[in-house]
Amino acid sequence: MTVSVFSLAPSQQDQYIARLACLGIVLSVVEAYFPSPLPGVKPGLANLVTLLALQKLGWRAAVAVNLIRVVASALWLGSLFTPGFFLALSGACGSLLLLGIAQYLPKPWFGLISLSLFSAAGHLAAQCLLAWLWLLPSQGLLYFLPFLALSAWLTAIVNGWLCQRLLEPHHASTA
Amino acid sequence: MKHPLGLGDVLCILFFGAVVLALFNWSWQHAPAQEAIVRVGGKIEHRLSLRLNQTVTVKGALGPTEIEIRQGQIRISRDPSPRQYCVQQGWLQRAGQTAICLPNQVSIELPTATHSHDSLSF
Repeated sequence: MTVSVFSLAPSQQDQYIARLACLGIVLSVVEAYFPSPLPGVKPGLANLVTLLALQKLGWRAAVAVNLIRVVASALWLGSLFTPGFFLALSGACGSLLLLGIAQYLPKPWFGLISLSLFSAAGHLAAQCLLAWLWLLPSQGLLYFLPFLALSAWLTAIVNGWLCQRLLEPHHASTA
Repeated sequence: MKHPLGLGDVLCILFFGAVVLALFNWSWQHAPAQEAIVRVGGKIEHRLSLRLNQTVTVKGALGPTEIEIRQGQIRISRDPSPRQYCVQQGWLQRAGQTAICLPNQVSIELPTATHSHDSLSF
């Protein structure tokens, strides 16, 4: 009897993507247990990880990190293929789509706060579209939308700012 | 000192802030309703104009439900349902709003101009 060993050597990039996705999963799971004033209002901290991936490794890596995060955190929470999972997935796709466009904005003027805002807008738009087409084809969603948009706007600014702070070189270590 | 906030960032914050404000404005701009449909046990009992101040009482499964119309608004002012959800909903005035007293099988609805769905199930 022979034992065949098959191994793929992960590249540096693969390992970095895995590490970021792992961070994202932890943030998603922690966030899932946060009390929320309205269904859908969340800090969206896991988007920090997507922004980091976009900034450090490019858009393709951001796609990988975000999709791995969505699927794996759903596995962890036991919500795979539930409506909530599809909402999260559509939100991730929407935000990645807008990030793919927004990353070409001229760099010195448009920083991470801009990227974060575009990402949040794509996330909310895609989620609401899916919810409206599939889950709640009624007017009720319309009354929710402004509050969701307000919370998305606020959290996007905070997250963008946090991400910018994370990417700044450490004053202590450079001194 | 790194640039904390670029010009584009400020523009983006203002732009998306304006979008949020526009959404608030747009979603609350639903036209005030003109009439209300009162249902008892799923059947239409009354169609009431919201222009006429009046109090109507209908008989539900548990007892009488009192419906009050005043100044273009409508509410359920009295109902025998144990949890009083429909009473606590207060005044309704915009198209698309509803108040449902489930135990008493009474509901009021302010109809929208178009109905895209007959029913919804979850």
